[in-house]
Amino acid sequence: MAQPLSRLKESPSQTAGPYVHIGLIPNFVGIGGVFPEDLGATMVNAKTRGERIFITGTVFDGGGAPVRDCIVEIWQADADGLYPSPSETRGTADPNFTGWGRSHADPETGRYRFETVKPGRVPFGDGRMQSPHVSFLILARGINLGLNTRLYFGEEAEANAADPLLGRIEQKDRVATLIAPRSGDTYTFDIHLQGPRETVFLDI
Amino acid sequence: MKPRQAWNSPRETGAFFPRDRAWHPPAYTPPYKTSILRSPQRALFFFDNTISEITGPVFGHGILGERDNDLIHNFAKPGESAIGRRIIVHGRVLDEQARPVPGVLIEFWQANAGGRYRHKRDGYLAPLDPNFGGCGRTISSDDGAYSLRTIKPGPYPWPNGVNDWRPSHIHFSVFGSGFAQRLITQMYFEGDPLIAIDPIANTIPDPAALDMLIAPLDMSMTVPMDATAYKFDIVLRGRRSTLFENRREGN
Repeated sequence: MAQPLSRLKESPSQTAGPYVHIGLIPNFVGIGGVFPEDLGATMVNAKTRGERIFITGTVFDGGGAPVRDCIVEIWQADADGLYPSPSETRGTADPNFTGWGRSHADPETGRYRFETVKPGRVPFGDGRMQSPHVSFLILARGINLGLNTRLYFGEEAEANAADPLLGRIEQKDRVATLIAPRSGDTYTFDIHLQGPRETVFLDI
Repeated sequence: MKPRQAWNSPRETGAFFPRDRAWHPPAYTPPYKTSILRSPQRALFFFDNTISEITGPVFGHGILGERDNDLIHNFAKPGESAIGRRIIVHGRVLDEQARPVPGVLIEFWQANAGGRYRHKRDGYLAPLDPNFGGCGRTISSDDGAYSLRTIKPGPYPWPNGVNDWRPSHIHFSVFGSGFAQRLITQMYFEGDPLIAIDPIANTIPDPAALDMLIAPLDMSMTVPMDATAYKFDIVLRGRRSTLFENRREGN
């Protein structure tokens, strides 16, 4: 008998449910006075370096209806391509940038929205540079394990075409589901949970 | 608005162990009806973690208020407290190598003692408790430990089948030290007969996995004449050591 590996299993996921707002953004649903502000509502301040942008979009279910009760979280590098995280060993990120944001679908329109800066490039595992991107996590009632995807920027056609991750997606016509077109200072990134336009979701 | 860096985690730079997706609930679980239209149908695209997944946000203890992990009092009027059976929930945040995961933000939310959420979408006839908000948060300590004080949430009916009831449960959101380690789950209570017939708990295929979400009564941590205790450890993905990994020169 060999020694046991003595590994634990990860706790299994459960849906965030319909009342996820109570836990993650209580002020938004009228539970005031517990936390001074909802976490992740602000990513930047007046001193944040880089190009100020907005990211907005709608998460659609398999019937084409907006998922009006979802929460969207994003994580991205700063304008110089550094993450504000202890696991970032390449340098020190902009102290005026959180890198992390949390938004919710508007209960009427279903649209989420972030104000942030355009991220710089960060390396892939083999050292090649990745195209600028923003990591997404989608949580909602009916989603048993949070869904991960990435946003890439529409005007970065050349970098997107050479990106090591996008280049590995076999069904080339699906790459477009990850690319957000730009209009002024706003990128629109709609996410389709099912159907012919299903977004490429990532097993990270 | 105060972006700032406040590290209290060790500098970990390894990729996370792959997620065992047979252990987690699948996306499409028809007895839980809302999953039917909200489940991706195509294969997930996998790749080894890059720095975008290995890194993640860290929250300093500075964000915490004194009563953030005390749901009995954090929404109550001065001198009053929430109605219900007083309990303590405590445990540790560990990774798959059984190492403590310190410094991670844990958020929790729940229904009140009657099974009613303070949310405009909840129309259950059980009344709101004016002294109960239903949310709290804490940060794991150096040994991964965390605790909260609350009232035991009630079970409640929900529109899925004609007569479906959620067992008593507390929702947990855990950050971990990297974006790929993030986990949302629910804690159930030992001995609750509603767990076995709950369409949501039973989205988890392996009974041994569901057992990980059922907190036992822990008399050793009770406060006599005040509150009973339940133990709930949370296990996040482990991460590889980077000691002998091939790295490009200068990377």
